[in-house]
Amino acid sequence: MRERFKRKMQTSGVFRQLLAGPYIVWMVAFIVIPLLLIAYYGFTVKTDDGLRFSLSNLTLIANPINLKALGLSLELSLISTIICLILAYPIALMLRNRNVGSDSFVIMIFMLPMWMNFLLRTIAWQNILEKTGVINSLLSVFGIKPLNLINTSGAIVFGMVYNFLPFMILPIYNVLVKIDQNVINAARDLGANAFQTFIKVILPLSVPGMISGITMVFVPSLTTFVISSILGGSKIVLIGNVIEQQFKFLGNWNAGSGLSLVLMIFILISMALVSIYDKDDVKGF
Amino acid sequence: MKRKGLLIGLFVLMMLFVTGCGKKYANGEVYVYNWGEYIDEDVIEMFEEEYDIKVIYNEFETNEDMYPLVESGAVKYDVICPSDYMVSKMLEKDLLQEIDKSAVPNLKNIDPEYLKSAETFDPGNKYCVPYCWGTMGILYDKTKVTAPIDSWSAIFDPQYKGEILMMDSVRDAFAAALRYLGYSLNSKDEKELEAAKKLLQEQNPLVQAYVVDQVRDKMIGGEAILGVIYSGEAIYVKRENPNLEYVIPKEGSNVWIDGWVVPKNAPNTENAMKWINFMCRGDIALKNFEAITYSTPNTVAREMIEDEDIKYSLVAFPTTEMLNRCEAFVYLGEATDEVYMKKWNEVKMEK
Repeated sequence: MRERFKRKMQTSGVFRQLLAGPYIVWMVAFIVIPLLLIAYYGFTVKTDDGLRFSLSNLTLIANPINLKALGLSLELSLISTIICLILAYPIALMLRNRNVGSDSFVIMIFMLPMWMNFLLRTIAWQNILEKTGVINSLLSVFGIKPLNLINTSGAIVFGMVYNFLPFMILPIYNVLVKIDQNVINAARDLGANAFQTFIKVILPLSVPGMISGITMVFVPSLTTFVISSILGGSKIVLIGNVIEQQFKFLGNWNAGSGLSLVLMIFILISMALVSIYDKDDVKGF
Repeated sequence: MKRKGLLIGLFVLMMLFVTGCGKKYANGEVYVYNWGEYIDEDVIEMFEEEYDIKVIYNEFETNEDMYPLVESGAVKYDVICPSDYMVSKMLEKDLLQEIDKSAVPNLKNIDPEYLKSAETFDPGNKYCVPYCWGTMGILYDKTKVTAPIDSWSAIFDPQYKGEILMMDSVRDAFAAALRYLGYSLNSKDEKELEAAKKLLQEQNPLVQAYVVDQVRDKMIGGEAILGVIYSGEAIYVKRENPNLEYVIPKEGSNVWIDGWVVPKNAPNTENAMKWINFMCRGDIALKNFEAITYSTPNTVAREMIEDEDIKYSLVAFPTTEMLNRCEAFVYLGEATDEVYMKKWNEVKMEK
């Protein structure tokens, strides 16, 4: 039965295309159409006699306050991406060398927090970092003066790293486990020491994993507005918060969409930069 | 054995679900859109049973969340509970229909004083029936301040650096600053707004965090010495932490009214009136008041409050003299909203 099904799938291209149908419908309804809507809103302004084409929503970014928010967002998300990378790589390497299967307990440990809602976890961190929170209560037992942990840029970076770290570990781990042990053995055989093997073989081969990890950490960090409100006490305004205000307080969907488009451009630029590195590395290899 | 118990439990749950869905209501349905945690949930069931009308009850978090949904007509509600300035905005955009007063006889329970206040945003009380009201003020820990607080000056006082929780809401934050400077909290005057912005900018380094709902838990937990809060929250917070005191600053503050309105595109107008009438019934208003602790404009309900402390509480029911110092918000128009927002962002960006 199974064999027959398999054969049928191989022979009938139409059938195979049909299988992609649900996803295509999904993609059009929830990705393509919303994107077109954002572009539509972003390039128009509301006037008394209907909508009019305009670039003014995009140029809103030049406003010093919005620029500052964008700059700060870029800075904080870059820092958290780098921290994630530094933390995740050794962990992924360790997981590979231990030769643990994808169903192992260790992988579970990293996945487990993701079973809980992201918002709940962030609010929990608020309670831990607060002045009267867990950390400061512990410190006061030892007679140490309370630390000012919450409502700082540091707390926001911390929240980003905590929330997005699994998205860095998993892609790197996935690439690392797929490296054939024979490749590494060959390198050792040809006289490379452990460090050289790592630099010349493992690292270049893991670049694709790092790239997707960087993307999956950098993009949500750049656009977040929840982490900065909860752990930053709304004292630190990121570009995500500016966009949120446009939609929620001002009800100005056009300006909000315009700024979102600008943000998308910045994301595309960063992705392009990262992928240039990718190609260079491959050539070098 | 254990698994069998679980299965039976699941089956019972499923049956409950099926029968719950299958119940028929003779008089149709009513779509209600209200603030989150703003009703005693038993009241919804009581209404369903008494009137044989199915209630589809949805919640919103801010007026600004609610407005675009109603304006676009994407979702049709029969009865909504916006705040004062939002009612005037919806009136301006011609989104509301008149309340059929003959269908709402319990309107007589509403204190005329509040109907009068409501006229600032709903002249003639034609479109809106007050549901809850309250003031904005300062909540402080009386064991940690040098002298009782009675003025907005406290939230701009450097001695409380890092101990102040400020409203993360444009109009509310500016209201505090404008009143402290002696201006109207509905000011559109560029000079007055600029002065208020300067004051808020100077306040920024003193503020521990800008919050809305979190102020409640943070004050109970003792995270800060003082915070700007709505009176309804203050009653709840004082119950949890008796060291806290609420005051309406002497410079005056905001008094707000949330009321029931019926949008023009409401599919079940008749049921909407029944809902409003039910909400105005004394015992129902009392039940709601006890659950959410926001002041009720319902005189019958207030008479029935048994707890003397609350019945005569100045937090829940301030004196007329205190109220006269307060102002309700009015909708200022999109252009002014944008001016406020821009200035507010400048305040937040102050480093």
